[in-house]
Amino acid sequence: MSNTNKSTVKQICVRHGKDRTRMMDIVRDVQSALGCVSSEAMDAIAQACGTHRVEVESVVSFYSFLGTKPKGKVVIRLCHGVIDRMHGSETVAAFEKELGIRMGETTPDGLFSLEWTACIGMCDQAPAALINDQAVTYLSTDKVKRIVEMLRADPDPKRLVRTYGDGNNAHELVHSMVHNNIRRRGAVIFGAYERGSALRKALAMTPQEVIRAVKTASLRGRGGAGFPTGMKWDFTRAAQGEQRYVLCNADEGEPGTFKDRVLLTECAEQLIEGMTIAGYAIGAAEGILYLRAEYAYLKAFVEAVVAQRRKDGLLGASVCGKAGVIFDIRVQMGAGAYVCGEETALISSCEGLRGDPKTRPPFPASKGYLGCPTAVNNVETFCCVPPILEHGPGWFAQMGSSGSKGTKLLTVSGDCSMPGVYEVDFGITLRDVLKMVGSENAKAVQVGGPSGQMVGPEKFDRKVCYDHLATGGSVMVFGPERDVLAIAAQFLEFFMDEGCGYCTPCRVGNVLLKERLDRILAGQGAPTDMAYLQELGEVVKMGSRCGLGQTSPNPVLTTLASFRGEYERRCQPAHSRHVFLPGFDIRKALADSESIAGRHSVVYSE
Amino acid sequence: MSDTVTVTIDGAQVKGRAGQTILQAAEAAGIYIPRLCAHNELSAHGSCRVCTVLVNGRPQAACTQPVADGMIIENNTEKLTNMRKAIVEMLFVEGNHFCMSCEKSGNCELQALAYRFGIAAPRYPYLFPKRDIDFSHPDIYIDRNRCVLCGRCVRASRETDKKVVFEFTGRGAHRRLGIDAAADLADTDAAVADKSVEVCPVGALMRKRVGYAVPVGQRKYDHKPIGSDIEAKRA
Repeated sequence: MSNTNKSTVKQICVRHGKDRTRMMDIVRDVQSALGCVSSEAMDAIAQACGTHRVEVESVVSFYSFLGTKPKGKVVIRLCHGVIDRMHGSETVAAFEKELGIRMGETTPDGLFSLEWTACIGMCDQAPAALINDQAVTYLSTDKVKRIVEMLRADPDPKRLVRTYGDGNNAHELVHSMVHNNIRRRGAVIFGAYERGSALRKALAMTPQEVIRAVKTASLRGRGGAGFPTGMKWDFTRAAQGEQRYVLCNADEGEPGTFKDRVLLTECAEQLIEGMTIAGYAIGAAEGILYLRAEYAYLKAFVEAVVAQRRKDGLLGASVCGKAGVIFDIRVQMGAGAYVCGEETALISSCEGLRGDPKTRPPFPASKGYLGCPTAVNNVETFCCVPPILEHGPGWFAQMGSSGSKGTKLLTVSGDCSMPGVYEVDFGITLRDVLKMVGSENAKAVQVGGPSGQMVGPEKFDRKVCYDHLATGGSVMVFGPERDVLAIAAQFLEFFMDEGCGYCTPCRVGNVLLKERLDRILAGQGAPTDMAYLQELGEVVKMGSRCGLGQTSPNPVLTTLASFRGEYERRCQPAHSRHVFLPGFDIRKALADSESIAGRHSVVYSE
Repeated sequence: MSDTVTVTIDGAQVKGRAGQTILQAAEAAGIYIPRLCAHNELSAHGSCRVCTVLVNGRPQAACTQPVADGMIIENNTEKLTNMRKAIVEMLFVEGNHFCMSCEKSGNCELQALAYRFGIAAPRYPYLFPKRDIDFSHPDIYIDRNRCVLCGRCVRASRETDKKVVFEFTGRGAHRRLGIDAAADLADTDAAVADKSVEVCPVGALMRKRVGYAVPVGQRKYDHKPIGSDIEAKRA
């Protein structure tokens, strides 16, 4: 590594206080300054921060947006999500043709790299890609050609944005072609919001009263798991600790979910206000908004909102002029890891570590960020808080269904005429959702993303709520011509790529599930494979350490339940004598020996 | 005493102390809960999942879950044993484990678990990964073909040796045991007397030149199954 690069690395470390808990910022900055975090750079970082090289490597090698080998000046990351692949497999070929390289390669001039990336949250405007931090949407063969031409002339991806998306996408700090596609506005999230009003109401109450209000409203976590928010705040407030933290989970990675992207764009004030109220309620002085790397284009905008609120006295020392109430927020960028949406993995990442989930207990409420009591909530959950304080918990709790109060954002994509964001009351049936989004003949709907369930028409009358069809927002619609088993295999591939590898069942089990499903898809399924998949899936579900592993076999388990016929059709009893191992091709296995022996097998001739 | 807790393990009442894990309380009572990543001298890791038990019907790793009064714990049941077997089989197919040519044979905890469970052959297809061997160090070698990613060496290096020789790198199926050097174990401060080498349950982290100091047939698990020492303590 040249001396200039060495000093660049050193400067970056100094800029972040040589603080190893800020390792994410350090390695991200080195990656963007030098195109990679090379072996020498890792040594330099370790030296500057007084840590070990292998600890730096453990971080760099974990996140998909970081790498040890140089990438092109312009990195084109094509969304590998199921919906994107459904809508535009030809764009892959178009990029490969225009750039003259294959997926995973870099052009010889070092200008372009082309790679896959997991769902980037643009399913309603698929196919889409990230070009460095810039999102490009509604891709077509022609558009790809134009994009590559423009980048050759000027490698700044910002210049690609000719027309802006709606709302704040046109804000100079967002500068994006992304569309919000808000199709339905409900009373809570997209209702009237008056800046600072709910916060002032909260500050006029005691922290305990604020928590009680959230409890009375029966607000539950909107990320998918549905833990009661008030109870979480109560635990965090009651736990022993010198500092307390509020963490906002904006690592929206569940494929098919893109509500946080829209909320960050259009409701950032409401979100920050919700975090501030949470900070007051639990007695935290600091909040961290963990933003997924795929939404880096929103960072400057969100930080500007935070800065303006600080300037206006809505954040900082003595919030709203109330002495002793201190709360401020920083944005922590992720670097490409779905598992960091798991709250303890998110905490690990905020601490500058690889995104391995932590052992529970202790739970974050008692020992979270840097060992301090921490409340981690989803973006949408925080956005629900100001309206609850504004209109009262009773107003909130009268909406929705029993056990699932209020409204929910659904992000709908796939085979429907109106993909986008819908704010609905909890309790709506899936059939009504399908009608609303313009899908007449859905064959299957994936509710809750790959970790959720694949639902067939016989369950379309079930309700969207925590107790029936739970979802963090993702609703993917599949028409009659789609192959649900092929979709399940793609979901499994996603979990294989995105798992942390910490525990055995998830690390190995998902590889094995995928192997068998691929075999079935290749026409080599045996009747015994269904029981094999069921049992293996249950081992992974039961044995895995965190929510990722516990839900990762769902693509197989839920299609086995809802689309058993599709398996049965492909897992026919073999007609030949090779009934036990249809995946085994005896002719192929004998080929080498036959060629050495110079004759064909007498027993296994055609 | 308030810090004594009583739990039920497979119907038997077991007394434990607050702060103990289920694994520790069971062990003190002479009940063996099969485990691989757990080690009595190291902090808990909860990664292999072999020690999974049902606590009031919910799966939990016994090595990380603290005991609490009144817990109903299932350990030695058909369902759990089948799951544990499945996990051990996963570890066998994930790496390249050739017991017949491994110096650890007879002292290997993975092998011993397989024998205890009566695993003749894994139900899963072998994945035959390409893994590397680091023979650079004068006294120690790493054979990643045999590594089960239990993290014992990672913890022992920090907790006992007061070094940072090992850490995990990569993720998912690409997770591997990383070392504190660009390429070679020889460039780290690993030493032959390190606890990290001693605690490896399999033949991944080995001392050189002593592989057959104890003959096959006289090794730890050659005569009694793994866990027998714990079960012998049962009143």
